[in-house]
Amino acid sequence: MALTTQAAGPVGLPAGSAPQPTRRRRLGLPPMTAKLATGLIISGAIVLFGLLGPFVVQDPARVDDIGLTGPSGAHLMGTTQTGQDVLAQLAYATRGSLTIGAIVGVLTLLLSGFFGVVGAYAGGWVDEFFSLCTNIMLVIPGLPLVIVISSYVPDKSLWLVALVLSLTGWAGSARVLRGYTLSLRNRDYVLASRVAGEKRWRILAVEILPNLIPLLASQVVFAVIFAILGEAGLAYLGLGASGSISWGTMLYYAQNGLALRLGAWWWFVPPGLLLALFGAALSLINFSIDEIINPKLRNQTRSARRGWVMSRKQLETAKEATL
Amino acid sequence: MTTLTAEHLVKNYHLRRGLRGGTLRAVDDVSFTLEPGRTVALVGQSGSGKSTIAKLLLQLERPTAGRILVDGKPVQRRGGGLRRYRRTVQMVFQDPFASLNPYHTVEHHLERPIRLHHPKLASDEVHRRVLHLLERVRLTPAENVAARRPHQLSGGQRQRVAIARALAPGPGVLIADEPVSMLDVSIRLGVLNLLATLQREEDLGLLYITHDLATARHFADEILVMYRGRIVERGDADEVILRPQHEYTKTLAAAAPNPERRLSELRGG
Repeated sequence: MALTTQAAGPVGLPAGSAPQPTRRRRLGLPPMTAKLATGLIISGAIVLFGLLGPFVVQDPARVDDIGLTGPSGAHLMGTTQTGQDVLAQLAYATRGSLTIGAIVGVLTLLLSGFFGVVGAYAGGWVDEFFSLCTNIMLVIPGLPLVIVISSYVPDKSLWLVALVLSLTGWAGSARVLRGYTLSLRNRDYVLASRVAGEKRWRILAVEILPNLIPLLASQVVFAVIFAILGEAGLAYLGLGASGSISWGTMLYYAQNGLALRLGAWWWFVPPGLLLALFGAALSLINFSIDEIINPKLRNQTRSARRGWVMSRKQLETAKEATL
Repeated sequence: MTTLTAEHLVKNYHLRRGLRGGTLRAVDDVSFTLEPGRTVALVGQSGSGKSTIAKLLLQLERPTAGRILVDGKPVQRRGGGLRRYRRTVQMVFQDPFASLNPYHTVEHHLERPIRLHHPKLASDEVHRRVLHLLERVRLTPAENVAARRPHQLSGGQRQRVAIARALAPGPGVLIADEPVSMLDVSIRLGVLNLLATLQREEDLGLLYITHDLATARHFADEILVMYRGRIVERGDADEVILRPQHEYTKTLAAAAPNPERRLSELRGG
């Protein structure tokens, strides 16, 4: 039984050739692709409009006796049946919809993180109980419950609508997070930090959570889309928050004001278009995040793949090295 | 100087098959002693309970019966006693691709155990120790390697980082669970020689878990052969390999590639 021997000399790394880890890699930001750039530009523009728009437009509630008029110098996007400025309404509606989206995004993150990640990491009966809660919330049909709750409470604030939407929306992401955490908690590097003597909460916060960031980010983006669309649906049914204005309430009033039959496209197209554009932009961002989690989704272009081929000079040196 | 003793260790796993439950005895009445400066090889096929013994020794699993003693005293399972134990017994994992967190740099992996076990050290002293550890496992330039993340290193380099991490608390006993089985054949010996050198330098007690008889004989002083949770044969390394007593050890020794026997067979046939 002979052993082949080899020099066990130092395994040196060629000095200077190493790419220094950059801040960007460490944070795990997705590479800037056309998809991501498009999504960021569209959603950024809409967010800016929602933030700054209300400061420059007219009063959205002011009623004028000019009635339903098309776009003109005085009203850039025309007016509604009661003579309200559509642009002003759109700016406030954008702010309202985005607020709902943001609140629901944060609440969903907290709820799904707590029930999914903490449950899976703790294991045992805690996991069983949390998983039971998740499953119950998962099988409760969302929209009917939202309708029941919304119609039961007479005076609904924006917060209540957001709360209802996040209560019905967190369970799906909690399940996804639970599955991923279950696989992470038994990885060798988690065992290794237990062997090193790390405290349990620190293992969760420092070793496991960073590896969940892409997944959490994609779940939050998904929750925001879900919330904005859900709120639009509720408002369109007339069950939105009272006293607030969103894309959904604009569509609701346009529908009530027979905008479609009167051909008043400037009334219903802007909110509908913004709704669709924002959803699409967030989805594009989500696809880019998904590509970090699952590299198989990345599609290399032909030119990128050509870059992998060795140059003629590299081939020659490689050949010489093997001779 | 630490002596780690396992006394009559038993580990049962409960299996759930629908409503019927079963018991799997993964480790059955195993006793051995790890002494400073000695290497004990634990040999056996997959599923024979080798890794379960590693988990029991590292307090990642609770033994069903039996005791683990450090210098004659039973191990405490929580609090300061457990922390002292973690400083004494460390482990090198099998798969260097899974045992390093992809999110963190090499420096983080080495810094945490140092900080945990020496909480009063200043930051630059910790950094100096990290670099020293990297140099000891022959990863140079250390400054450069420390800033890298695991995916920028090869399998052999990662395993060296894992060895450095295990050495960081300054342990007396090292458990190496198939440390080279996931590595390329050409670099295995380098990593094993490194382990042997470090063991001599630190006077470590080393438990070398493997299924490779050749390296077990080469590096170990004593070999324990495990089969279905039991230790079926134990003794001096050469003795066990050259004069196997148990049927399973004989099969194992016969299964190892032996060029001389093969050549004589070819000539004869």
